Amino acid sequence: MNFAGSILTIITFLPLVGALALLLVPGKDAAAANLVRWVSLIVTTVTFILSMWMWSMFDASSADFQFVQNWELIGDSIGYRMGVDGISVLFVVLTAFLMPFCVLASWESISVRVREYMIAFLVLETLMIGVFTTLDLAMFYVFFEGTLIPMFLIIGIWGGKRRIQASYKFFFYTFTGSVLMLLAIMAMYWQAGTLDITKLLETKFPPEMQVWLWLAFFASFAVKMPMWPFHRWLPEAHVEAPTAGSVILAAILLKLGGYGFLRFSLPMFPDASLQFSNFVFVLSVAAIIITSLVAFVQDDIKKLIAYSSVAHMGFVTMGIFAGNVNGVQGALFQMISHGIVSGALFLSVGVIYDRMHTREIAAYGGLADRMPKYAFAMMVFTMANVGLPGTSGFVGEFLTMIGVFQVNTWVAFGAAFGVIFSACYALWLYRNVIFGQLTKDSLKDILDLSPREVLVLAPLVVLTILFGFYPAPILDATAVSVDALVAHYANAIGSVATAAVAGH
Amino acid sequence: MNSEVSYFASLAPIFPEIGLALAAIVLLMVGVIFLKKEHSVALTSVGILVLAVVAVVVIVRPEEGQLFNGGFIADGFSRYMKVLVLGGSAFALLLSLSSAVENGLNKFEYAVLVMLATVGMMMMVSANDLMTLYVGLELQSLSLYVLAAMNRTNAKATEAGLKYFVLGALSSGMLLYGASLIYGFTGHTQLNEITQAIAMGERSVGLIFGIVFLLTGVAFKISAVPFHMWTPDVYEGAPTPVTAFFATAPKVAAMALFVRLVMVSFEPVSKDWQQIVIFLSIASMVLAAFAAIGQKNIKRLIAYSSIGHVGFALVGLSSGTQGGVEGVAIYMAIYVTMTVGLFACLLSLKTENGFVENIADLAGLAQRRPFVAAIMALLMFSLIGMPPLAGFFAKWHVFLAAIEAHLFVLAVIGVLASAISAFYYLRVVKVMYFDEPNQQFMAVPNELGIVMLVSGFLLVTYYFTVGGWLQGVARGAAGSLF
Repeated sequence: MNFAGSILTIITFLPLVGALALLLVPGKDAAAANLVRWVSLIVTTVTFILSMWMWSMFDASSADFQFVQNWELIGDSIGYRMGVDGISVLFVVLTAFLMPFCVLASWESISVRVREYMIAFLVLETLMIGVFTTLDLAMFYVFFEGTLIPMFLIIGIWGGKRRIQASYKFFFYTFTGSVLMLLAIMAMYWQAGTLDITKLLETKFPPEMQVWLWLAFFASFAVKMPMWPFHRWLPEAHVEAPTAGSVILAAILLKLGGYGFLRFSLPMFPDASLQFSNFVFVLSVAAIIITSLVAFVQDDIKKLIAYSSVAHMGFVTMGIFAGNVNGVQGALFQMISHGIVSGALFLSVGVIYDRMHTREIAAYGGLADRMPKYAFAMMVFTMANVGLPGTSGFVGEFLTMIGVFQVNTWVAFGAAFGVIFSACYALWLYRNVIFGQLTKDSLKDILDLSPREVLVLAPLVVLTILFGFYPAPILDATAVSVDALVAHYANAIGSVATAAVAGH
Repeated sequence: MNSEVSYFASLAPIFPEIGLALAAIVLLMVGVIFLKKEHSVALTSVGILVLAVVAVVVIVRPEEGQLFNGGFIADGFSRYMKVLVLGGSAFALLLSLSSAVENGLNKFEYAVLVMLATVGMMMMVSANDLMTLYVGLELQSLSLYVLAAMNRTNAKATEAGLKYFVLGALSSGMLLYGASLIYGFTGHTQLNEITQAIAMGERSVGLIFGIVFLLTGVAFKISAVPFHMWTPDVYEGAPTPVTAFFATAPKVAAMALFVRLVMVSFEPVSKDWQQIVIFLSIASMVLAAFAAIGQKNIKRLIAYSSIGHVGFALVGLSSGTQGGVEGVAIYMAIYVTMTVGLFACLLSLKTENGFVENIADLAGLAQRRPFVAAIMALLMFSLIGMPPLAGFFAKWHVFLAAIEAHLFVLAVIGVLASAISAFYYLRVVKVMYFDEPNQQFMAVPNELGIVMLVSGFLLVTYYFTVGGWLQGVARGAAGSLF
């Protein structure tokens, strides 16, 4: 077992080791809290560097799983299996990339129970990376579900006024959806005789069984994603969570659902995916249009961004179930891009929340006068959220729309409204917060970004624009795996698909 | 057949029981003749030692075989369950040490009764005949009735003891009635011979009645719904260390008995008893999930939680397969670990007004006693069945068996019940972590801290440390029944 071979294990469990180290930090005073922050920052940064190294070692010209480790652990069912392919590798990097920012964003805003807070975040990082790196279906469930525990505590302990209700809602929506997936996983085990994802990807499940399995997985991923109408937990959880919690929720936890659809639903249940694709399209378009409209009437900044997340996830599900290269590639890109952009938006909101302790849109206005740097960063992220060409938000939306256009024109037509609406609410938000006259007394003394905040937001600004003009790093890493996935899907549904395409 | 007990060494399979019974009698004599009340703690410690030694003997000297005309059987399954029973009893005694005076357990009879009850439970686990079964069950039950009322100056404890006795006696009556019906319709009391008689003859109504009554009696002992009514009252009324004992060892023993009865002797009529077990399972899971929501007293909450967990364990048994028995065996082991840890937490939480009884008293525990709160939160998440904690793997194994047997409706109801049950477990976490503290807690006794640490460690690292090993052991144990 050499270093490169076990790199995924190291990346996955390094944060956990960091969390254990935090337990040993002595004392309860401010100095100890500071030490805790520094340790967390170092651990998350090292994890990120390792993940970048892993990405550089990753062979993008192969659709196979890489850095594979595989051994049986509990009887002949649950094993310890690790590996990444083009679909999961970028999520690992994205997760590791955002964690140092979360630690930095919490540097001053979290002052009570710092140690517990950082432990929760580091444990959460291990679980999130584990979701993307594990190749054992049961362990996927373990990591997927396990994320609920730290997130429940993060929302409940460090959240806003209605934090308890929000944390309960978050827990129950996701938990109820997921337990059904657990049963489906067991049924798959008895059908295929293994929980090894690489083997399950080659197993052909009988079509009647696929329907049930698909529905059970859908129950879990649709809630996590979240798809309309299973999104009710999301606005509350986002609003009440502390800044870093919202960032993780929007940037990573929502992607678990999309990743699940890509990893399991589409390749393992192709017949059922085809059968339900129209159903998903309807829900996606409904999500895009309805939640965009709902976002328009919010008076809470975080809530508005939360609803816009639901709308953007609509593009992702639409792209995935279009089932062609453009759609799937676009969905992947959209997830990565949304991870950066929505994370950045929540961080930006955190910046002004730390100063004013309110998220009411009406409480702001004219910030451009006193906070030019902030206004610039916020503008880039807002434009990316709108999907302006030249920002990363455009590429994903455009590709998914191309993809779905080939399958169903009307869906693309409906989704196009989402682009218009998102421009409406996002620009409206920007105008009300940043532009106008700085009339409110409370805002007269507001300070522009501190060096720490610049450090947090600047890389995100750069990436947002970079990926808008030069999306190749992401597209190259994923292309081969996506091609293989789509070919597998097309192969499995075979003639049925050709007939459907010919009908249009 | 009479010659088999002709020399002492032939009794080897029952040595652990004999040794434990003798030790209990000796301790009783010592207690009566020499002991003053202040020294009861020393005697309890000796009791723990004896239980541990017997457990070690059971582990390292696997003597298998049948004795007394097939009335007593020692096999892989009984060994596994005996170790669990002995472990549960030993830990229950250990947990009582620090609070013996407050709970009125500073009497030498306490350890002696626990040991005698343990002998009874070991007989239940090894019973291969309806008569040995009953003898073991009654030895256990009579000791438990007294234990429940051990703190005799406390009205609640006395009430608990009486309630337990009346309902327990009723269930014993039903069990005896069922046993006599089975004897009447098959002509045998020995389990293997009953199996043969059922397999050869036809499935008569009288026999089914017998099975129903017999299983009803056992269902009382494992407190499966609808025979659970005594549980919350007894758990609440009995002194907390005694409750810890009730919630672990007797549950394991009765579950082992249940498994052996249905899997061995009623195997030919599995379709009939499966219906009963499925009903018990669904009723227990669902009722416990809803009834526990309104509880304010933490011991009542644990009572309902244990009812629910019996339901989940029965999910595995419903499948009627070897995998199912394996699941039950794993489930009971993890359940005992969680319960011991939980009671260690409870017994370490003492304020000026005595021990914590209400959930609301736990407010802000995370700030006052972060270690206890963290362990307790882990236990709560594990009891819900959240991965990556051990409770998840317990559920994994039983539901895996149910899915294998195509019991999809049962499985779906089960997981949804576990989602509902999350509500009341989370409430404990919420009170400890989200609410502000309003009182001070006294220091945690050392031995309880160690128990909590071990329990927490096992729950968190189950997947990497004991998981594979436990599954192998449980597979061996389950295999000996088939």
